[in-house]
Amino acid sequence: MTAVAHPASRSTLRRFALWGSRLTARARVQALALLFVAMASLTLGPVASAEAPLRWASDGTANVPFTFHDPAEQTRMVGFEYDIMAEIGRRLSRDTQFVQNDWDGLIPGLQRGFYEMVADGIEMTPEHMEALDFSRPYYVTAERIVVRRDQAGLDSFERLGGHAVGTIKDTLAERMLRDRSDVKLSSYDEESNAFSDLKDGRLDAVLLDGPIALYYGEADPALRIVGPPIGHLAYGVAFKKGANQELRRHVDQALQDMVADGALHRILARWNLWTPEMVEWTGDRTNPNIAPTEWERYLAATAPTPGWEAWFYRYVGFLPLIARGAALTLAVSACAMVLAVGLGLALALTRRYGPAWLASLATLYVEIIRGTPLLIQILFIFYGLPGIGIRFSPFVAGVLGLGLNYAAYEAENYRAGLQSVARGQMEAATALNMTHAQALRYVVVPQAFRVVVPVMTNDFISLLKDSSLVSIITLTELSQTYVRLSSTYFDYFGTGLMVGAAYLLLGLPFVRLARMAEKRLAVSERNGQGRR
Amino acid sequence: MVAFFSTFCAGCLRLPETTSFSDNQENAGPVPTGPAFSVETVLRAESICKTFDGHRVLRNVSLTVERGELVSIIGPSGCGKSTFLRCLNFLEIPDTGAVTIADDSIRRDGGPWRSSDEAQAHQLRAHVGMVFQSFNLFPHRTVLDNVMLAPRVVKQVAASVIEAEARDLLAKVGLEAAALRYPATLSGGQQQRAAIARALAMRPDVMLYDEPTSALDPRVAEEVLEVMRALDGEGMTQIVVTHDMRFARAASDRIVFMEAGEIVEIGDPDEICVNARDPRTREFLGVSL
Repeated sequence: MTAVAHPASRSTLRRFALWGSRLTARARVQALALLFVAMASLTLGPVASAEAPLRWASDGTANVPFTFHDPAEQTRMVGFEYDIMAEIGRRLSRDTQFVQNDWDGLIPGLQRGFYEMVADGIEMTPEHMEALDFSRPYYVTAERIVVRRDQAGLDSFERLGGHAVGTIKDTLAERMLRDRSDVKLSSYDEESNAFSDLKDGRLDAVLLDGPIALYYGEADPALRIVGPPIGHLAYGVAFKKGANQELRRHVDQALQDMVADGALHRILARWNLWTPEMVEWTGDRTNPNIAPTEWERYLAATAPTPGWEAWFYRYVGFLPLIARGAALTLAVSACAMVLAVGLGLALALTRRYGPAWLASLATLYVEIIRGTPLLIQILFIFYGLPGIGIRFSPFVAGVLGLGLNYAAYEAENYRAGLQSVARGQMEAATALNMTHAQALRYVVVPQAFRVVVPVMTNDFISLLKDSSLVSIITLTELSQTYVRLSSTYFDYFGTGLMVGAAYLLLGLPFVRLARMAEKRLAVSERNGQGRR
Repeated sequence: MVAFFSTFCAGCLRLPETTSFSDNQENAGPVPTGPAFSVETVLRAESICKTFDGHRVLRNVSLTVERGELVSIIGPSGCGKSTFLRCLNFLEIPDTGAVTIADDSIRRDGGPWRSSDEAQAHQLRAHVGMVFQSFNLFPHRTVLDNVMLAPRVVKQVAASVIEAEARDLLAKVGLEAAALRYPATLSGGQQQRAAIARALAMRPDVMLYDEPTSALDPRVAEEVLEVMRALDGEGMTQIVVTHDMRFARAASDRIVFMEAGEIVEIGDPDEICVNARDPRTREFLGVSL
């Protein structure tokens, strides 16, 4: 199995809709997603040939213990689903390729044929089975209650009444809790946030899928799992409805063989996930006596590290990841700014000096771009345009999305800048027999630029931060790196300071550059304005 | 030379038949006669009309200027003298009338201004340099760059070639030491002299000045006027819109008095200043002097 070490370097992948299930995502994206998927389903590309590696997708950002970045070695993917998919690939004699995609984009990407399978703890509910094809389950589990270690008396679903209970949006647990009017329910996007609120006392209990309860609850010295398993749920490998039937049969066969010969048992035992529910479902009552090595490795890697030295080394270990995120943030932002400056200037000149019909087109562009959210524009470029045959890599789509958006704002800045250049300047140039274009190029535009340098600096810093939006099209830039690191280690404070510092460091050179430019320009500007 | 022109031109002044100016002739004595055009005519404006928002700013203004002349245009504020000057190089587009400078000519018949007209204007402007009341130097370039920019960009002269000439021009206006300074660091008088050098760098046949000293205090203004006198001595043709009556009287070959969009009177400086024919001229000069 070839896990691509750095998701940002990959050029496939997309995201979108929120698919109700174990995890969840931002609600506004959900609506968009449905729209784009509807468009997308009209024009489906061809599916990969048999020779190509078998591609499967998951959101490995903060997805313990399903598929995630090894806390001890952040560039390596691990997880029980990751191991299961690798084993399936071996049995099919196919290379497999892990594709990182944001949770919301997993199903849209599957529908568009960017990969053949999704394995990310997707519940085999009747609604899901109507929209997707599933393999046979590879894991069955139940909802579990997690409480603070000192908390007593919340050890059954019934006893949650009257308490503040947290869970993840669009999960079986949420559906169950929503029927309980006596429970004060809080739904989260990220499981790590639910567990921090539990520890901080904002919640009395968390109800979540067994594997999550184990890795986020039981693994934490401050928390524990209580009471019996509640309900029943099964995870299956998802396929696009009606497509890849033969592959699905092969996967089914492989899973069946893995149950029969104990391979699944061995994988799950290493992850400490072989449970009575699995015994019940497989009928496998053997005890191969396998040490939960992966579970212990995870505990060791995420254990609170005592002493300053340990903290120091952990943070030093983060530096390469933060540097990589920062490099991507800078690359996307710089390219987008170049585009924004060029296009913005063209728009501003057109609006001020162009023929009327062209000027109104430029105005229309500015109004449309300013009047719609950047998020929608980026999603549209990445997921919407392939519907009419225009495909961009995530990087290009990110640069285009940010650049085209900021161009509209830059255009307005430049228009103000052009207006601030005294009329006499254009007249003097005309009197010297320059053409309109020469006057603009040599006289008016250079002067307009100096007026807008401070505003441009502002915009660039703003763009640097807005570039975090490209994380929704699979680019792991600085903000995404923060989400990943902080939720892996439950360390929002230290990593937050580090990532914040990285943003500041990125912006600083541009602030200095702008100050230098302003200073240089100020020499000629002094006294100059008042006379005109 | 100047004296020759002033007497010569007073004789060859041609009066437009249709203006109110000609109506005034009856009170003003006999119309000078003589050859209609000299071979030395370098600029001729015929019946220029210009309307701004329904307000008639110029009404059939005609003027002929001979090579080497220095003509001052005077008149109360808002009389149209600056607009007329700007019509000569088409910074303002006349509604009707014709402008001929050297051997290029543009005739307007009230139609729209087309890109072919702009191309003609481009040719015509090659003969004309202009100096503005507010200098309009390019603030982002050094004085030397200001002078060199147009020849480099418009005439495609190599910088190495034009630089020597630009430095000569700066020396001529007394600014050789300021070549590498930015306009904002110069006094108003220095800026205006730099602006003159900039216009001269395009080797014009005619220099137009739009109130060149109005933004300057008298002492500094004198530096600028000195340059203009020197140019006159070299035979440069110059048309100056000015409020400076002392300069107009002392340096001009002819003075044009405008009021309400019309030329009221054209004449020899002494004649205009001492013995104006038209009561409007006398009234204006009475206030001005």
